[in-house]
Amino acid sequence: MEVSLNFSGGAELLFGKIKQHTISLPAEETWSMKKLLNWIKDNLLKERPELFLQGDMVRPGILVLVNNADWELVGQLDYLLQNKDEIVFISTLHGG
Amino acid sequence: MVVQCSAGCGCNAVLKRPKTNDALCKTCFYWAFETEVHHTIMSTKMFQSGQVVAIGASGGKDSTVLAYILKHLNEKYNYGLKLVLLSIDEGITGYRDDSLESVKRNQEEYNLPLTVLSYKDLYGWTMDDIVKQVGRKNNCTFCGVFRRQALERGAILLNCDVIATGHNADDVAETILMNLLRGDIARLQRCTSHITSSEGSLPRAKPFKYAYEKEIVLYAYFKKLDYFATECVYAPDAYRGHARALVKDLEALRSTSIIDIIHAGEQLAIKDGVKLPKQGVCSACGFVSSNVICKACVLLEGLNRGRPKLAIGKSNKALAEILADRLANTASLSSVQDQF
Repeated sequence: MEVSLNFSGGAELLFGKIKQHTISLPAEETWSMKKLLNWIKDNLLKERPELFLQGDMVRPGILVLVNNADWELVGQLDYLLQNKDEIVFISTLHGG
Repeated sequence: MVVQCSAGCGCNAVLKRPKTNDALCKTCFYWAFETEVHHTIMSTKMFQSGQVVAIGASGGKDSTVLAYILKHLNEKYNYGLKLVLLSIDEGITGYRDDSLESVKRNQEEYNLPLTVLSYKDLYGWTMDDIVKQVGRKNNCTFCGVFRRQALERGAILLNCDVIATGHNADDVAETILMNLLRGDIARLQRCTSHITSSEGSLPRAKPFKYAYEKEIVLYAYFKKLDYFATECVYAPDAYRGHARALVKDLEALRSTSIIDIIHAGEQLAIKDGVKLPKQGVCSACGFVSSNVICKACVLLEGLNRGRPKLAIGKSNKALAEILADRLANTASLSSVQDQF
């Protein structure tokens, strides 16, 4: 299963300043957003994990969009990923 | 799993509004967001026709969206305002360069005049130079105090009538909590107003006072507005960081918390008989100050004397020292004594 991840608003600073990532996940498993966050932590996050995650959740102040819609509309951590999904993380915690 | 827009327009919702929990589509969200900012501006009589408004532009999300929205509303509702962008370059290598580029793009895209003023121009010191003197512990004090005055100085140079800043609802809630935690009653009172003005200084307006950060960021995202996000390379203000984390945690638990904190802050009244610092003007630079000499001048004097920490902490002591020196050289002893 292929999923596109985009980090912006300063969140990319925690991922080696790379904004766009395309990842492949084993399609035989079910992937919830909760599981994806853990995967990101183990595989992509380069520094200061506490600035991205707080427990199982993204840190409050980081906005998440699933296919261009607020993840609060689709169940947040319980959302089940589909092939070709586009997930966007926008930090609001960084200044201008 | 598609959620329909709560407004009943038949479109798919793209976000849940934190203030109301409504699910809205893009079009209805733009309308709601812009109309609320317009309402804030109108109901508080924030601006008058013919005024020149300096938009404090950092290249970040809030000021970028502010410039876009003010230009849009000014045209749509005929506010009759002249809008100009004003940026402050603190002189931090690798920090401001990119965000100033983003302001320059705003200038072109929105066709608004831009002026950039540096700390070096205004104070003779860049933040990089200041950090070399004071270290990384107290540098945010200098930066914050200088920035506040820098916008004002710049706006006066440009003959502006009012300064508009991108402070949003999250910022206001955070500031209310900080002032409460510090027992800073005078600021607690002032920080909730939509426009602050005192004699001898330009009014400062906050059109985004009731606009959630989430909505500002999503507005920029959906409209593809170009902004720059970065971290200051020097230490962040740790105390503000705690207040900010608290606000964000509360918002995650109950999203109306932010507007509720603002509401509470607005209703607080200082009881009779509480002594507040008198707002006056700085005898050295003439800008607004609650002391005989303003904090910026005291900090600057410390830097120029090679004793940068002079004004950190107990600034009354520093003030007394500077005043003693100045009084030795001046005949206007009595007028200064009156201000004490």
